[in-house]
Amino acid sequence: MTTFEAILLTIVTASTPLLIAALGELVTERSGVLNLGVEGMMVMGAACSFAAAVTFDSTLLGVAAGMLAGALMAALFALLVLGFAANQTGSGLALTILGLGLSGLIGAPFVGARRDPIAPVDIPVLSDIPIVGRLFFEQDLFVYASIVLTVLVGLYLMRTRSGLTLRSIGENHTSANALGLPVWRVRFWAILFGGACAGLAGAYLALVYTRFWSPGMTAGRGWIALALVVFAAWRPGWVLVGAYIFGAATVLQLHAQAAQFGVPSQVLSAVPYLATIVALLLLSIRHGRAIGAPGSLGVPFVPDR
Amino acid sequence: MFSGKVFGALAGATVLALSATGAVAQPKDKIKIGFIYVGPVGDHGWSYQHDQGRQAIEKAFPGKVTTTFVESVPEADSERAIEQLARTGHDLIFTTSFGFMEPTLKVAKKYPNIKFEHATGFKRNPNLSTYAAKFHEGRYIIGQIAGKMTKSNTIGYVGAFPIPEVIAGINAFYLGAQSVNPNVKIKIVFANTWYDPAKEGDAAKALLDQGVDMLAQHTDSPAPIQAAEARGKFGFGQASDMERFAPKAQLTAIIDDWSQYYVARAKAVLDGTWKSEDTWGGLASNMVVMAPYKNMPDDVKKLAQETEAAIRSGQLNPFKCPIIGQDGKEIECKGQGALSDQQVLGMNFYVKGIEDRIPK
Repeated sequence: MTTFEAILLTIVTASTPLLIAALGELVTERSGVLNLGVEGMMVMGAACSFAAAVTFDSTLLGVAAGMLAGALMAALFALLVLGFAANQTGSGLALTILGLGLSGLIGAPFVGARRDPIAPVDIPVLSDIPIVGRLFFEQDLFVYASIVLTVLVGLYLMRTRSGLTLRSIGENHTSANALGLPVWRVRFWAILFGGACAGLAGAYLALVYTRFWSPGMTAGRGWIALALVVFAAWRPGWVLVGAYIFGAATVLQLHAQAAQFGVPSQVLSAVPYLATIVALLLLSIRHGRAIGAPGSLGVPFVPDR
Repeated sequence: MFSGKVFGALAGATVLALSATGAVAQPKDKIKIGFIYVGPVGDHGWSYQHDQGRQAIEKAFPGKVTTTFVESVPEADSERAIEQLARTGHDLIFTTSFGFMEPTLKVAKKYPNIKFEHATGFKRNPNLSTYAAKFHEGRYIIGQIAGKMTKSNTIGYVGAFPIPEVIAGINAFYLGAQSVNPNVKIKIVFANTWYDPAKEGDAAKALLDQGVDMLAQHTDSPAPIQAAEARGKFGFGQASDMERFAPKAQLTAIIDDWSQYYVARAKAVLDGTWKSEDTWGGLASNMVVMAPYKNMPDDVKKLAQETEAAIRSGQLNPFKCPIIGQDGKEIECKGQGALSDQQVLGMNFYVKGIEDRIPK
């Protein structure tokens, strides 16, 4: 493996959890709900997936547990913001704090345990293509899943009736309600989907990326996922671009330091953030369309009685 | 505002009066000790080791001492946490990160009857001690091991931030390597975080990708040494024994052992003999302990043990003069035959042979 290939492989690993979590949040936000609890759901996903994977010695069960944990956290959030029309910002922040604490408790017996790496899945023939082959066709299943997920989310939102319903509820829940669309039901599932994705991203961190559990190991990735949704102007394709730019800039700045480029590391550490902003800004300008948040984003839905 | 100033002046005067008369030195039957940690106790590194020290206190004085701790306290928000402990009847409070320095000092001045201990800082008060460990002693040893064992002749270092403590560690590590392998090269990456397992791992991978085969780290999670293990290379545990994360890769680990110090300080408060001091312990005082030397040839192991013994006995100082800076000029020797403590604590230069620049 050449250095170049090695770098590209690390970039894919660094980008994947961001992509998965951001896609989930994108669907939630498109339905008009702002869930700031991504970090909390992600860290719960990491703790529960690792605990389950070690207990049952099964990566698959670990992944399932991670997604379930994320979805359960999201269900709690849904109860607050849909059931009681609570403030979404406050509830989301509370969810993050709860997740960080609870995950520490759940993960405590598993601190210091370790798991073997997951074998990459080799797609025959395609993986023999130079450079690109190794990069895209000899990855772990999560990476393939994240790409497929991007396409599916894009198709669902833009090409299906159900996706249209979800978007219209996000744009204007009062009108959607007047048209007889099931605002609560759609939002509930969108929130749950977001939680499951955050949980999956956490599972990826604990089971593939670091392969151990330690408290607070998400280290702010949930917040980056949230920011990516905004920068991507609520479009799945751009979330993919943004996640990969962010991952690339993060990894490249580390390589630049090791290669002694002589640029201050503090500046280099800021590069991923700057690069993401600039790239997505350029994309949005070229796209030539006004980009805005879903009209009802963050507004509690209280129907007229 | 006016009353605040008066209160401050009164408090200050009380401190002086109390310490002058020695009125604070009263033996106590039961005390409560609080700890503030910068990371989670489960980080298996820095905060974990401080918590081991806390548990040692509980074991040493059953029934006489109760302890509490607050973990994952952000440095910017630490004043509130420290004050909370001060208000809830703690007699002795340990704040265990450099970034807690100013908040600790502020709270210490406000509560003159409570004793404070701040790790790795340099600001003291009649009721505020400082303590730190000479980790660079251990880093000199692992440098020698790395210098002997490297095949690519390139060793790597994952640092947290370019602050004096980390810079001194890098220099000690490199001086150790250079002492046994004059042409060895070092590559340095700063993660700009103390604790982000995924990013620390990425930093380690970047170094390994660029030809490093010996990896030292000055960040808190086992991710870097685990990356070395996955690539079949070697590394050194940081702060605690990380062998279980990297049984094949860990050559040794530099372990922070605060228990002796913590037990001694707790005893001093119980006996009423506590005084504001500055403690800087190393291998000799068991504040720095080396994990068993493993996965290395016998001659390297022997060399490491000899170096450890020499540092312990005081025969060898990692920063023995002359120390040559990157520009080829000799650094002024302010200590006795070695750099002074102040020079090491404030180190802001790389030694000759390191080709990188310190990020400013």
